[in-house]
Amino acid sequence: MDRDTIPKLLLQNARQYGKKTALREKDFGIWQSVSWEGYLEEVRLFALGLAALGFGRGDKLAVIGDNRPEWIYAELAAQSLGGVGVGVYQDSLPNEIAYVIDHSDARLIVVEDQEQVDKMLEIRDSMPKVERVVYYDPKGLRNYQDELLLSFTAVQELGREFGRSHDGYFEREVEKGRGQDVAVIAYTSGTTGQAKGAMLTHANLLGMAKNLAEVDPLDASDEFLSFLPLAWVGEQMMSLALALWVGMTVNFPEEPETVQQNLKEIGPHVVFSPPRIWEDMVSRVQVKIDDASWFKRFVYHRLMPVGYRMADCRFNRKKPSVALRLSYFLADLVLFSAIRDHLGLVRLKRAYTGGAALGPDVFRFYHALGVNLKQIYGQTEIAGISVLHRDDGIKFHTVGVPLPETEIRIGEDGEILSRSPSVFVGYYKNEEATAGALKDGWLHSGDAGYLDEDGHLVVIDRIKDVMKLADGTIFSPQFIENKLKFSPFVKEAVVIGRDRPYVVAMINIDMANVGKWAERKQIAYTTYVDLATKPEVLQLINENVRAVNNDLPAAVRIKRFVILHKELDADDEELTRTRKVRRGFIAEKYRSLVDALYSSQEEIEVETEVKYRDGRQAVIRTTLTVGEPEAMGVKNK
Amino acid sequence: MHFLYSLSGLPSISGFLHLEGMFFLAAQLTIDGMSLHFGGVTALSMIYLEVEKGQITAIIGPNGAGKTSLVNCISGLYLPSEGSIVFEGRDITRMPPYGRAGLGISRTFQNIELFKHMTVLENLMLGRHIHISYGLLSGGIFWGRARREEARHRRRVEEIIDFLEIEHVRSKPVGTLAYGLQKRVELGRALTVEPRLLLLDEPMAGMNVEEKEDMARFILDISEEWGTTMILIEHDMGVVMDISDHIAVLDFGRKIADGTPDEIQRNPLVIRAYLGQQ
Repeated sequence: MDRDTIPKLLLQNARQYGKKTALREKDFGIWQSVSWEGYLEEVRLFALGLAALGFGRGDKLAVIGDNRPEWIYAELAAQSLGGVGVGVYQDSLPNEIAYVIDHSDARLIVVEDQEQVDKMLEIRDSMPKVERVVYYDPKGLRNYQDELLLSFTAVQELGREFGRSHDGYFEREVEKGRGQDVAVIAYTSGTTGQAKGAMLTHANLLGMAKNLAEVDPLDASDEFLSFLPLAWVGEQMMSLALALWVGMTVNFPEEPETVQQNLKEIGPHVVFSPPRIWEDMVSRVQVKIDDASWFKRFVYHRLMPVGYRMADCRFNRKKPSVALRLSYFLADLVLFSAIRDHLGLVRLKRAYTGGAALGPDVFRFYHALGVNLKQIYGQTEIAGISVLHRDDGIKFHTVGVPLPETEIRIGEDGEILSRSPSVFVGYYKNEEATAGALKDGWLHSGDAGYLDEDGHLVVIDRIKDVMKLADGTIFSPQFIENKLKFSPFVKEAVVIGRDRPYVVAMINIDMANVGKWAERKQIAYTTYVDLATKPEVLQLINENVRAVNNDLPAAVRIKRFVILHKELDADDEELTRTRKVRRGFIAEKYRSLVDALYSSQEEIEVETEVKYRDGRQAVIRTTLTVGEPEAMGVKNK
Repeated sequence: MHFLYSLSGLPSISGFLHLEGMFFLAAQLTIDGMSLHFGGVTALSMIYLEVEKGQITAIIGPNGAGKTSLVNCISGLYLPSEGSIVFEGRDITRMPPYGRAGLGISRTFQNIELFKHMTVLENLMLGRHIHISYGLLSGGIFWGRARREEARHRRRVEEIIDFLEIEHVRSKPVGTLAYGLQKRVELGRALTVEPRLLLLDEPMAGMNVEEKEDMARFILDISEEWGTTMILIEHDMGVVMDISDHIAVLDFGRKIADGTPDEIQRNPLVIRAYLGQQ
């Protein structure tokens, strides 16, 4: 049989691996395994159930929920019948969900639990094409009588019935599948405007998997933990395409809150996360070390430099001296392996970061620990990945070299263009956007970049985000933000300066770490707002900003900043669902604050509306003090 | 009663069903003329209350009205001075608390009463105590029956952990948890008994809006999932009116009203007790 569609791979794997574990989910405190045969059976029954409900070739099925096997079963079932899976971010606002579902023409929605069912019932009028909502966690839904609703097992029961009268139906439908069929519509979280649905075919996804596995081989005994939203292309690429391509085991965490613990229990062989997750881990380690006994602190501070020296050797492609190798071996025995184990990275063959830039300091940290962290680059529109670091070519200011079968070139205005078998076929029902992104087979990324002397791709920033100060000096806000965020005390930062005389920043403190710091300093605080407006905290962050400024050219140093009184939040539309800062939106929302930063005001009165999860709104009012890291001496009042 | 509704179109058996229904609706707990005195102070006087099976009954009233005293009488912490308490046809007025637990009466406390240094899991496993049938010796050897039984208890506890969404704190000491979570664990501990009657003493006290909403949902889910009868003391009128089937109002130890949320909201005595008299 061909290996040209994802469901065909499932059939083959079930035949080849049989009783071997394909999926694992922690339930009732125990890791419960599903074999490849069991995996196929679940998908088969659900697919037949879908067929019984009239779902067929070209139809769309939307899925919303936490990472669970049922998520994948539903998607694969739809694909087996020649249908298309549409992932929806589970914490999206109701209007965002309604838009995606209605735009994608989904006939069926598979959701996790009561919370999502309630949401669907609330927005049903704005998605008239939906015929059924299927849920897989029945808790609290016993008394729901709505005819729109159907349980996951009920659909599988329909499938069992359907299968009896349609022998071999599932296999025939899978056989009809072709590589050029659309497998997935991935709605991009979009830093601007409405989400666009990128159509990826089976050939797109499997081409990516094949090329990636060629560079970084994995095998059927490898483990993967699926903990990022399955609606994200990165998770689709790992948990679906790559997992089925190489036959590795995909594990699902017990709850989103237990990921860290589950990571440690599973010890995956490969991890792909956006920078956010890697940064979080670094600051967690740093905080734990600061809280540890003096002896542990001593060992940590004594041995980390050994790790850093080793990492630098690797980056500079120098051979480490025998003495260094010996001391690294000992340091690994005593410290690094323990930290890796604690983070769940001990069996890791390699780790990927992508989606945004990761600070060089974070990079060095992981390599010092012996974690093979590599940058990747790609868009949803090219099945998630087109460029990555090779094991022997890690340069942290670059994103590496193209995958096999992938060409990269730089357009006239500095835009990164790529071409490969994984380039998508277009945006669903959006000709205009498709024409903008796809020209003569080349994918236009909207990113500015260049190729360095080794052929490595360097990404500067989004073309529209590379900014100029009023005097024409070029700077990349993201670069400065990442530098700021390496401090464990800074959670989020927004740097502004386009067409302005100098650079300013708005900073979100990390409540947990700054809170700990305040406790140690015996500074009493109550809420986030209270902590954020303490003069001591301003002083602390001021020191951090000054340190960052030291690494920056004088013209683009941060001259004034404020500590924001509320956390930037996706619910307030300040961040995207993958936690990227929506600069334009923030600049608009906090316009008065930004204007004040460019005045000589030392204190700013602010008032912000916040939205709670349940839709209610409230207003926060407070006074913020401006930090001036570059100011010399005592201010004259 | 939902299923009675759907069958009421059948005349031949409706009379029979009606009788069944009567039985079904008969009170699970009946408090008859109960009073409680502490020396010269009267905490409760001549309380009559019927709690129907599967319903959520709220007890409300101003501070010091005797709400907690009433719950303590039901759970056996206090001995009423007069009157009787009948649970499922048995007079339990003088039964010790552990006896009542054996009948399936379980409770949570206003101030959390958990073992702070034990983990969530250990606290919940301890709640299974009443269902554990193996003895000290077989428990010590821990083989065969005792082991199988322990696994069964653990399964039940894990179901409750799953139900209350506290997987992430399963192995953390209770004392280190946020207050709202401790309250949830306390509810979990009460559930491990597999109660037929659950007494909740201010389950939402001191919680923020989001935590309160979660707790209200859990209470409704318990009612739906297991049909557990619940008596709830709560000060947040919004929550009380939303989730209870039946409300009893106490004032200075006397019951001044009793009825559905709608009736209570319109009752002039209740309004006077809460807003005072001009």
